[in-house]
Amino acid sequence: MVQVAGRDVGASGGSAAPVIEAVDLTKRYGDLEAVKSVSFAVEPGETYGFLGPNGAGKSTTISMLCTLVRPSGGRATVAGFDVVRQRTEVRRQIGLVFQDTTLDDYLTAAENLRFHAELYRVPKSELGDRLRQVMDMVGLWERRGSIVKTFSGGMKRRLEIARGLLHSPRVLFLDEPTVGLDPQTRSHIWGYINELKRRESITMFLTTHYMDEAEHCDRIAIMDNGELVVVDTPEALKRSVGRDRVSIKTDDDQAALGVLTERFDLEPTISEGAITFFVAHGEQFVPRLFAEPDITINSVHVARPTLDDVFMAYTGRTIRDAEASGAERNRANPWMRSGGRR
Amino acid sequence: MSAAPATVIGVREVGSSLGDDMRAVRMIWKRELIRFTRNKVRMITSLAQPIIYLFILGTGLSQLIPGGTKIDYRTFIFPGVLGMTVLFTAIFSALSIVWDREFGFLREMLVAPVRRSALVLGKCLGGATVATFQGAVMLIFCGLVHVPYSPTLLLTLVAEMALLAFMLTAFGTVIAARMAQVETFQVVMNFIVLPMFFLSGAVFPLDRLPRWLAALTKIDPMTYAIDPMRRAVFDHVDIPPRLAHTLNPGITWAGHRLPVGLELAVVAALGVAMLAAAVVQFSRPE
Repeated sequence: MVQVAGRDVGASGGSAAPVIEAVDLTKRYGDLEAVKSVSFAVEPGETYGFLGPNGAGKSTTISMLCTLVRPSGGRATVAGFDVVRQRTEVRRQIGLVFQDTTLDDYLTAAENLRFHAELYRVPKSELGDRLRQVMDMVGLWERRGSIVKTFSGGMKRRLEIARGLLHSPRVLFLDEPTVGLDPQTRSHIWGYINELKRRESITMFLTTHYMDEAEHCDRIAIMDNGELVVVDTPEALKRSVGRDRVSIKTDDDQAALGVLTERFDLEPTISEGAITFFVAHGEQFVPRLFAEPDITINSVHVARPTLDDVFMAYTGRTIRDAEASGAERNRANPWMRSGGRR
Repeated sequence: MSAAPATVIGVREVGSSLGDDMRAVRMIWKRELIRFTRNKVRMITSLAQPIIYLFILGTGLSQLIPGGTKIDYRTFIFPGVLGMTVLFTAIFSALSIVWDREFGFLREMLVAPVRRSALVLGKCLGGATVATFQGAVMLIFCGLVHVPYSPTLLLTLVAEMALLAFMLTAFGTVIAARMAQVETFQVVMNFIVLPMFFLSGAVFPLDRLPRWLAALTKIDPMTYAIDPMRRAVFDHVDIPPRLAHTLNPGITWAGHRLPVGLELAVVAALGVAMLAAAVVQFSRPE
């Protein structure tokens, strides 16, 4: 069953203590409440995704967990350490891959990693092996001596993932790990992340506003307007929608809309020349539609619900609409580039 | 925690021991050197300005000095030009923090489980090393401006430049902490760096200046490094004592001329104060 955020936290799983636990975590910037009393728990080894439009509060939440932003209320622990009172301990337990690159362009790939190892105190005796291990994993071992400036966007992101893992963190945080990359590179990055999941059984916490990427997560928390709307596995979320998406093309859309609304009590919408509506048991519904004398149907497409539909079902709008209306509303992230005060 | 994955290298519970902080200091220092040596263009262009001052401005202005004078103007400004080399290199190094912020690497450093003081100290030592090196390179021109290649003189100058370089990098780091944008760079050059250079006595003697100008030269921290360097140079060239005094009257506080040791102590104290200020700036919660 769908577990509604804010309740039942920590009750799931049972055996192991959660690696990340947030209770009523809140962040206010002046009057704006960017994150509103959010509670959740992430189990060891889990890949946990925050899904939501830009400005939903995902990055602010991740920044609080990474000790980069101080919560206005509530509390959170990462690997058992409090994100406010034990910042240094938390930082030692986590790896970070940000939206924007934080590599030194003028150093080689290996130098970037070696410097990271110094900052995170990786024992010198272990460094050589570990360096090769993480660079092999992202397929950059051969390029270790190249200056990072010569790398493509995808290579840089892979190097950042390798660097985030170098000090063997308990949790790897990935904030929009594929934003700004082309589709092919995005799918490569996900290949590496899935491989990592298999090999290192590390806990991963990521944010994304790409529906297809959220599919890779063990559990998804949908965030909208600073609130957690629902948390569950992608499958359970899709099942919970309970309806299929049906798209039809007709000769007379107006007539078809009338029939769907009045006779079948549905809520059809028109987009890109097709009428779309949600209905339980789509395959069984379609023959009934063909029986209607007032509609001439040219094509039919029935699909299981996607995460888009899940988002729609729980928030009443599509993620694209949400982005358009709430664009950049609460990106009050103090780590923003130029203009950010130190 | 019960569920530590097998592949994880054991969690190291390290107290912030001095040795661990030193690893971070050394890393930041080393990065500064690598970035400097890899940027050959910067190595050369940062020497262009002092060379222009020394040989073009220096040669041109030496025509204004009466023929009977027993000293070359270029000999006079040589310590000033050394100071200028150190000034520009050190400030540029420190302000690279702003680029680091723009391009993200600063964040990699700030989120690390490392004390901010270690990061700032590494940065200041790195910038100071680079600036001292550039200043030392300028010493090859000693011969062309009638300054002898005396080992004691050269060592004294390098040591004094190192002290100045550290103070200036720390000062630049304080500025960089408050600088949000790369675009502000020009403002810093025009309103801070150039006045510091001209008020330091690098290009004209601090003798018989109008009161307002004399006051400004005394609050310029660079003044306290240029004077010892010029005294060291004058000690090694053939110059009548009266002329030496006119050209290099020293710094007076309440009518007393400061000894070299005290001047250098002022520079060192300012360096430590700037370092502390920079640590405070970078330790503020985000």
